[in-house]
Amino acid sequence: MVDTKTKTLGEILRHSGVSRRGFLKFCTATASMMALPPGMVPAIAAALDKARRPSVIWLSFQECTGCTESLTRSHSPSLENLIFDHISLDYHHTLQVASGDAAEAAREEAMHANAGSYLVVVDGSIPLGNPGYSTTAGFSNLQILEETAAGAAAVIAVGTCAAFGGLPKADPNPTGAVSVRDIVTDKPVINVSGCPPIPVVITGVLAHYLTFGTLPELDQYGRPKAFYGTSIHDRCYRRPFYDKGLFASTFDDEGARSGWCLYKLGCKGPMTYNACATAKWNEGTSWPVESGHGCLGCSQPDFWDAGGFYNALSIPVGELSRTVSYATAAGLGLGAVAAGINHRSKVEANRRHGEVTVDDLEKTS
Amino acid sequence: MTGATLERGLNAFKEQVDAPVAAFFSSCVNCGMCAEACLFYTETGDPKYTPIRKLEPLRRVWEQEYTVLGKLKKMLGLARPVTDELLQEWQELLYDSCTLCGRCAMVCPVGNDISYMVRKAREGMVASGNSPADVRSAAERAVRIGSPMGLKYKALAAQIKRIETESGIKIPLDVEGADYMPLLSSMEIINFPEYIEALARIFRQAKVSWTLCSEAFEATNTGIQIGSSDIARELVQRIVDGAEKLRVKCVIAPECGHAYTSIRWEGPNLIGRPFPFKVLHILELLDELRASGRIKTENLSNERMTFHDPCSIVRKGGVIDSPRELMAMVSTNFVEMQDHGKWNWCCGGGGGVSANTNAEALRLKVFKRKKDQIEQTGATKLITACANCRLVIEEGLEEYHVELPLEGLTELVAQHLVEDK
Amino acid sequence: MNESMDFLLWTRGTAFDVSVAIFIVGMLIRLFEIVSLGRGRDLAAPRGTEFLPGIRTILSRTLPYGGTFKRQPLTVIAGYLFHIGLLVSLLLFIPHIELFRETFGFGWPGLPNPIVDAAAVLGITGLLAALWNRLTNPVMKMLSDSEDYLVWILTFLPLLTGYLAYHRMINPYPLAMGLHILSIELLLVLFPFTKLMHTFTLFLARWYNGAMSGRRGVES
Repeated sequence: MVDTKTKTLGEILRHSGVSRRGFLKFCTATASMMALPPGMVPAIAAALDKARRPSVIWLSFQECTGCTESLTRSHSPSLENLIFDHISLDYHHTLQVASGDAAEAAREEAMHANAGSYLVVVDGSIPLGNPGYSTTAGFSNLQILEETAAGAAAVIAVGTCAAFGGLPKADPNPTGAVSVRDIVTDKPVINVSGCPPIPVVITGVLAHYLTFGTLPELDQYGRPKAFYGTSIHDRCYRRPFYDKGLFASTFDDEGARSGWCLYKLGCKGPMTYNACATAKWNEGTSWPVESGHGCLGCSQPDFWDAGGFYNALSIPVGELSRTVSYATAAGLGLGAVAAGINHRSKVEANRRHGEVTVDDLEKTS
Repeated sequence: MTGATLERGLNAFKEQVDAPVAAFFSSCVNCGMCAEACLFYTETGDPKYTPIRKLEPLRRVWEQEYTVLGKLKKMLGLARPVTDELLQEWQELLYDSCTLCGRCAMVCPVGNDISYMVRKAREGMVASGNSPADVRSAAERAVRIGSPMGLKYKALAAQIKRIETESGIKIPLDVEGADYMPLLSSMEIINFPEYIEALARIFRQAKVSWTLCSEAFEATNTGIQIGSSDIARELVQRIVDGAEKLRVKCVIAPECGHAYTSIRWEGPNLIGRPFPFKVLHILELLDELRASGRIKTENLSNERMTFHDPCSIVRKGGVIDSPRELMAMVSTNFVEMQDHGKWNWCCGGGGGVSANTNAEALRLKVFKRKKDQIEQTGATKLITACANCRLVIEEGLEEYHVELPLEGLTELVAQHLVEDK
Repeated sequence: MNESMDFLLWTRGTAFDVSVAIFIVGMLIRLFEIVSLGRGRDLAAPRGTEFLPGIRTILSRTLPYGGTFKRQPLTVIAGYLFHIGLLVSLLLFIPHIELFRETFGFGWPGLPNPIVDAAAVLGITGLLAALWNRLTNPVMKMLSDSEDYLVWILTFLPLLTGYLAYHRMINPYPLAMGLHILSIELLLVLFPFTKLMHTFTLFLARWYNGAMSGRRGVES
C-alpha cells in the first residue's frame, strides 16, 4: 500500500505498475485532447509526475450516479482511474466508507484544512422549487453547495445535470432545478457536460489543473474548449455521407447497414459539441454514432427538450401538425369574417353608386 | 345627378375592385417587365409610363379598403390617401398614355391583366371628374346627338343615297327580319364611306340578307373609351333596341376596334342580360363567307402588303386568324410584321387617346414604334381593319414623312371580289 | 447563460409555432379577402373556354416572352437564378424535406448536399443581382418602395443564414441554426401581409388572365 497522502502522482503510478512509456502515452494523449502543442508533453509529464494530491469534495445532488459510474466502472483499471484515485476524495457520498455525521465531519474538515485551495466537484442539479426535494443529512442541496463552494478554488460541474440542469430541469422542470452556474457566481465553474461525460474529459480537466495549477480555457457554456471546441458533426466519420446526401431512413435499411449518415434518424450531432467522435467510449471501443445510433445531444443544455430523439434536427420541437390544424381552423374562421367584411363593403359601394350621366362629368366645386 | 366629386370617384374605385384585381395587385412584385411591352415607355424611356404604375390610385383603394393591413394602416393614418391632386396627376397616365392595347397583360410574369384594371380605374376617374375634357365632350355628343363626331342620321342617309347612285346597289334600311345588321363607325360614314359600298357589294354577291338600322347605326361607344359603364350602357342599349326591333339574327361590328369590344364583349354585361342576337366582327363574317365558298376573289395583287392588327379586334377580341385568311384572298405577297397577331404593337391611338388633344404630341412620338415596325416589313401597302387605327397611322406616317397607302381589309376584299354582273 | 442553445430551442419551439400559426391564419385571411370580392358573371357569348386556357397561362407565364428577354435580360436571368436557387434549397435539401414530411406526412427525394449548396450560391448571386437591378434599372428604381426592399431582405436572410449554418461559418452552431430558423419565421410572419403573397396569388392572377383571354379565344 502506498501512502497516497504524501506520495506524488508519479510515485503512485509507478507503484501501480504503470510504465514510463504508458505514462508518457497518457500525457501525449492528454496534451493532444487539450490541443496543446507536442512540445508541452515533457512539461506535462514532469508536472504530473511531481503533482501532489489536491483535496476534492464531491457533492451529489439531483443525479443518477451515472457520472460517477462513467468514471469508476471502467472495464480495466485505467490511467483515468488512477488519476482519479490519486486525488484526495475527502467526501463522496457514493464512494466513501464513512456515513452520517462522520461523513459530514469529513467534508467540514477538508473545507477548513484546505480553505481556498480545494476543488468541489458537483454532479446533479439543484432544486429551488422546494428545498426538501433533495437533501443530505438534513441540509438542502442549495445550502450545501453555497457553503462548500464558498472556500473552494474552483467548482467542476460534472455531467449535464450539474452543468445545465439536465434531466431534472426538463420541461416542465417540476423541482425548479438549476445548474451549478446559476448558484455559484463568484468562483470559476468548469462545466464538464455530457450524460454522462467522457471519463478522459473529467481527468483531462483534473490533469490540466494538476499540471498548470490553473483551469483550462472555456467556451461560452463554461466547458473546456479543448474537449468541446468542435461539434460531433464536424468530427464524425459518417460526415462524408451527410455531404453526399446519403442518409439512413430506418435503423435496418440498406443505408443503416452501409453506415450512412443518421441525420434523418434524429442525430443531433450538428448542434452538439463534445469529444465523443475522437475520444470514444469504453477504452476507445466505440461511440454512439459508430454503434449505429444518432447522437442525442447530451452535452448540450436542454437536450431533453430539443425535440424527439428520433426526429431530424430540422423538425421543430412543438407539435407542428396540431399547430397547423388549430391555425387552419382559426384562419378559416377569421378568413370568413374578413370575407364577410369585404363583401359587405363592396355591396355598400355598389349601393352608393350614383348613375353617371353626361351631366356628371364636370367636377362640382 | 350631383356632378363629379372625389367621393363618388373613390366609391367607383371601390366598386370596381373585384377578385381578379385583388389577385393582380397581390401578385405584383414591381419587376417592371410591363414597361418593356408598352410603347409609351419604350419610345419615351420615361419610367413614369410603366403600365402597373398607372394603377396607383386603384391600388391604394384596394389596399386601404380590402386588405387587413391596409385597413389598419388607414385607421392609424399611415396610408397614403387618394386625393384629387393625385387623380389629376394620374389623368395623363390613365388616359393620355394608355390605349388599353393589353400588350402589357401578355408579358406580365405573374399574369396581371393591366388593361383590365386601367379600364376599371377610368370609372373612378370619370366619377371624380378627372377624365380628359375632349373625351368628355365626345361622350356628351354621343349621348345627346347620337355620335361622338356630332353626326346624325341625316349624314348617313346622304352617304347611302350617294353610294346607291354611284354603285347602283340598293342599300337595305330598316328591314325587319333581316339576318345581319351591320353597324358603322362615324369615321367610316365621314372618312371611309367606301366601307359601306364594299359591304353592299360583298353582301349582294353572297346573297346575304342584311339591313342598316336608321335608329342604331353608330357602333362607336365613348362610354367605353372614357371608362363609364353607365354612359356605355346607354349607348349599347340603343343598338340592342334597334336590333331587337328589326329582329335581326346577328349584329356586325364594323372595322373599329373599341366598337367591337363594346358590343361584343362588354355589351351584354352592361345591359345585364345576354343578347338575343349574335355579334360578329365583319372580318369574322367575311371569313365565314369565304370558308363556305359564298365569296371568291380574283386578280390577286402581288404588291408587298402587311397587316396592322387592331388591338381590340385581335389581341383583345380574338379575331386572329380571319384577317390572315382574308389577306390570302387578296394578296400573293403578304408579309407579317415582326410582332404580329396577339403580339402586335398598338398604333398609339386606341382607348380614346386619338380623341384626346392633350395626348397628341405623345401619341405622335410613340408612333415611331409602329412606323419602324411597318418599315421593317418593306411593304408598300398597309392594310388594317379599324378606322381609328387607320386615321392614327395616316397622321403618324405624315408626321414622320412616310408615304404609304392604307386600306381597310373589307374594301380590299370587295376590290378583288368575283361578282356576277 | 445558455443563450445560443436557448435561442435555438426557442426558434424551434414557441417561435416556430407562433410564426406558422400567423402564416396560416394570415394566408387564409388574405385568400378569403381576394376571393370574396368575386367576379361578375360574363354574359357575353364565349368564343372559347375558360378553364384550360387558364391552366395553360398558369404554366406558360413561367417562361418569359422573347421580346422581354431581349430588352431586360438581367431582370429575367436574376429572377430565374434566385427563384430556382431558392426553390431547390427550400424543397430539395434533405433536412427541409424531413420538416415537410413531419408537417404533411409525406416527403420526396432530395438532392445531394453539394448540389443544394451550389443552388444556394446561385440563389444568393441571383438575389444580389436582382437588388442591383432594382437599384439601377430606372423602371424598377421608380416602382420600388420600402416594401420591395423589405421582401428582398426577408428572402435573402434565409438563404444567407442557411448557407452560413450549413458551412458552419457562424459559431456556435446552435446560434447559426437558430438565426436561420428565425429568418424563416420572420419570412413566415410577414409573408401574408406583403407582396411575398405573389407566391400563391400568381396562380390566381395567371388563371384569371388566361381564363378571361381564353373566353375571347386568345391564348395569353
